[in-house]
Formats: sequence, C-alpha cells, structure tokens
Amino acid sequence: MEQIYFHSVTLDKDKCRGCTNCIKHCPTEAIRVRNGKAVIINERCIDCGECIRICPYHAKKAVTDTFEAIRDYEYKIALPAPSLYGQFGPSYTRERILKGLLGLGFDQVFEVARAAEIVTMATQKYLSNPDIKKPLISSACPAVVRLIQVRFPSLIDRLIQIKSPMEVAAALAKNEAMEKGIPADRIGAFFISPCAAKVTSVKAPYENSRSDVDGVLAIKDIYVPLLEMMKKQKETVDIQLDLSGSVGVSWAGSGGESSALKEGRYIAVHGIRNVNAILEQTVKESLEDIDFIEALACPEGCLGGPLVAENPFVAKANLRNEATRAPEGIRQAPLGYDQQYIWESNVEYRPILKLDDDMLKALEKMHKIDGLTEELPGLDCGACGAPSCRALAEDIVMGNAVLTDCIVKLREKVDELESE
Amino acid sequence: MGQVIIRDFDIPADDFLAAGEASSAVRKLLSQLGVAPDRIKRTAIAMYEAEINAVIHGHGGKAHVEIRGDKITIVISDKGPGIEDLELAMQEGYSTAPDSIREMGFGAGMGLPNIKKHADELVINTEKGKGTAVTITVYF
Repeated sequence: MEQIYFHSVTLDKDKCRGCTNCIKHCPTEAIRVRNGKAVIINERCIDCGECIRICPYHAKKAVTDTFEAIRDYEYKIALPAPSLYGQFGPSYTRERILKGLLGLGFDQVFEVARAAEIVTMATQKYLSNPDIKKPLISSACPAVVRLIQVRFPSLIDRLIQIKSPMEVAAALAKNEAMEKGIPADRIGAFFISPCAAKVTSVKAPYENSRSDVDGVLAIKDIYVPLLEMMKKQKETVDIQLDLSGSVGVSWAGSGGESSALKEGRYIAVHGIRNVNAILEQTVKESLEDIDFIEALACPEGCLGGPLVAENPFVAKANLRNEATRAPEGIRQAPLGYDQQYIWESNVEYRPILKLDDDMLKALEKMHKIDGLTEELPGLDCGACGAPSCRALAEDIVMGNAVLTDCIVKLREKVDELESE
Repeated sequence: MGQVIIRDFDIPADDFLAAGEASSAVRKLLSQLGVAPDRIKRTAIAMYEAEINAVIHGHGGKAHVEIRGDKITIVISDKGPGIEDLELAMQEGYSTAPDSIREMGFGAGMGLPNIKKHADELVINTEKGKGTAVTITVYF
C-alpha cells in the first residue's frame, strides 16, 4: 500500500522566518506561510527539493537515516549512487571511494551504476517494442514520476515501467549476500543518496509493494567521514571490486541515461521547470517524433540533488574524469530475467488540483475564484502566504484563508473603518 | 443551469512557444474542475493544433473559451487569408505551409485532421481574405 502522505522534505520550524522564497519557487504550489511559518501541503508535495535549495535559512530539510542505522543489521551493504563519484577531486578515484565505504563499516558495496547499466539494457529492449506509443518517459527520477502523477495523468502510460537503478541494485546485492549464506533478515542495504525524493520512494514505493532498500544516507552526511577514511587508507586499492563501465557512471549527470541508449531520438531535460515545460508539450502530442525523454528534476541531474556536498558543475568535471577512467560502455553482463525489472505495481492519478468532486460545485467555486482574483491587487507579492493572488483566491474559496490575509485588502479595510 | 467559466486569450503571430500557453492554461482549469484526464488531453491537443494553425496561417488571432458543466467550447479565430479549399485542407498530409514552417516541424498537413480526431464537434467558418474561425467542442 502506498502511504500517500509520507514525505522526506520537511520544515525546521525554528529556522523558518516565514519569508516568501519557498512559496514562490515550489513547482506544485505546495507551500503556504501561515502564522509566520511555512507549511507544506502534503498531498501536493512531490519531494523535488526545490525549497531545500532555495531556502536562505536552511529551514527545509530532507529526513534521511543516520549512519547509526546501519548497525541494526549484521551484514551491511552500501549502494553508492553514481553521483557520489562526482563529490571528490581526481586523486580520490572511484576505487578509493568504494574502499573508503568498506572502511566505514560496510561489509559489501554494490555500485548503483552497475544496476544503471542493467536498466539501460532493459530500456533498450522496452523501446524496441514498436507497439508502444512514444515518446516514452524515464521513470528514474521519483520527483518527475510524482509530478506526472499529480499534473499529467495522461502521461502515466508513457512512463517506462522499469525499476530504478537503486531498487535493482538493492535486489541484486541482497541476492549476492544471501548466496553467501547470510539470512535475509540480517542484511541491510543502504542507498548513499543525492536525492530527497528517493527517501520517499523507499518509504512509499510506487514500483514495488515494498522497497528492497532498508535505509537512505545523504551524501552530504557521509562526505566528511568518507573523506577522512580515504585519507587514512592506503591509496593503492588492494581489494577486488566489481566495477561498472562508463555508461553506469555517467547516469549521475543530465544526458547520461539517454546517451547510453544509442538508437532513437531523445531529449535530456533537467530542472523541474524545464521538465514541466517538456511534459506540457508531450501532453499535446507535439513531440511525437521523439522516442525517449530523460527527465531529471534537479539542475544538471542527480549531481545537482539537494543532498550532495559538491557544487554540481564541479561534480560534473569530477564525474567526467571517472567516466573516462572507467571501461568504455556497458560492463555489466545481463543478469536475471527481464520480468524481474518491471514494476510490480503502477502509479495512479492523484488529482490534487480538483476544487470539488461535483463538477457543478467546482464550476461555482471557480467562478468565485475568478471574482476574487479580479478583486485582489494582482501583485503576486506573496505577503499573504500564498504564492500568487490567484492561489490566495483559491485558498479563500476552499476555506483555508480569508480576504484580509492580503495586506493590500487589509489596509483598505482599515482605511474604511477609520473613515467611518 | 450552472456557472459558465469564460476565458479569452491572444494568440501572438510567429510565436510557437507562446502559442501553447492558452491550451496549457485551459488544461489546468479543466484539471481543477475534475474533468476526466482523457477529455482534458483531447481538448488540449485539439486546442493546441488550432492555436498553431492560427500562428502559421492566420498571423495570430484569438481564443475564446467557454466551460460548462457538460462541455467545453473553444473558438479560435484569425484574420488570415482564409482556407481556399476546406475539403482539401481536411485531408491528412495536405498543407499550404511554407518550407520555413515545415523546417520547424510544423505544417505537416495534420492540423485540421488531428483537431477533428480529438474534438467531439468541429465547425469551421472561413472566408477568403477575411479569416477563419474554428469552433471545437468536447463533451465531458
């Protein structure tokens, strides 16, 4: 069962100053300022992390697991996202980073980049089906999947229903561990994540009934201990590591996933507003000559995730370095059978914008909203706590705000009372 | 009777990106009203095609939208050259768009046939030298 209202993105009330930055930048208008503090409207939030990036007071945060959580399991598996390799300069090679993770107490590392290569192969197969209507949209970014779920219901059947590299990596790594004779309940798989939305998709997955990932650690939380560990360790890597090729490593940045597909016309779009614009065109079927859309909510893709430690553009240079060092192309051999990578459940339309279940009542409400919008000053200043005058009008009609929340209207009213 | 929601949009000439704005705004309104996703999609596609036609052939124009409890009616009108042979224009692949437009991926001769496919009703009033008005109706 999907827990609809779980979200990774939350507010630190003490740090919030009630400014208008987050309400203005939220792509789904999911935030209001009420009584001087931001409030996230849970059913509207898609966990894209825009508010985390924009908040000048760092009052928005993503709830992730602490490193201590790995101690709950006897056999600990690290699942590093490919974006982790972009966080360190050239002397910290991918091999050193993976060895560093083992040094921190993990018993096994399984690169999510390896799973990304498997997903690439599965996607190539999926796209080769001539009966599927194109363009198809990658489902690798959970914030984009949520955006489609709330805003673009007619594109749900365009989503490629292949599990994300994180889920594939967790399942394969656990299988490897179980083959060594370790009981399933003693194995813990931890995703080292650049992404807040991944936390949500682990707790409330849309592709499985239950995620194979047991915890999510933020890259920025593990960054310093990992760096210290690497400095302490010998630079030579004396252990045997199963490494992905350049295709898997490149998945971390925008264009990585799509360029690996080789055949067909593709779009690689990043940044939630750009994604929104492309999906808007896709709905109107004006991109029918495109086969595949890679859509990532963060600027520069996962390298620009809200939980990374390094500037995304610097990380891009670091990642390019690692991709060049990696064996060219796909190194991962096909594993398992096709069906095991296909979603076991589906996403459903979540009509968050709906004013009323009864169409005639919805029309009445919209008419009232139109009237109120006319009456409001049209400044879209945000001082009322809603992102625009229209959004305030909607809130008033839906019973969540009053007209005098508008400071211009309040002043008019005060002037009126004074002149009486 | 129920309320009628009315919207008017300008469709600027030679601006393909802005041409999509009106149909995007209508898509949002219909989502708020709780219209079924497939009806919203059909409306958006038909309206967008008509907007693009007004940009390509009509030097821009206007969109007038009326939403009622059971249907949406969209009138896209322009003061362009009018459609010379309507029967021909309704055929798939027939187009009078110049090469410059085709190079942009438009003008493939699918516009009117596509509107017809997605609309429940389509009425075209056109007069040579005066302009064209395309009326699209989708029932909910």
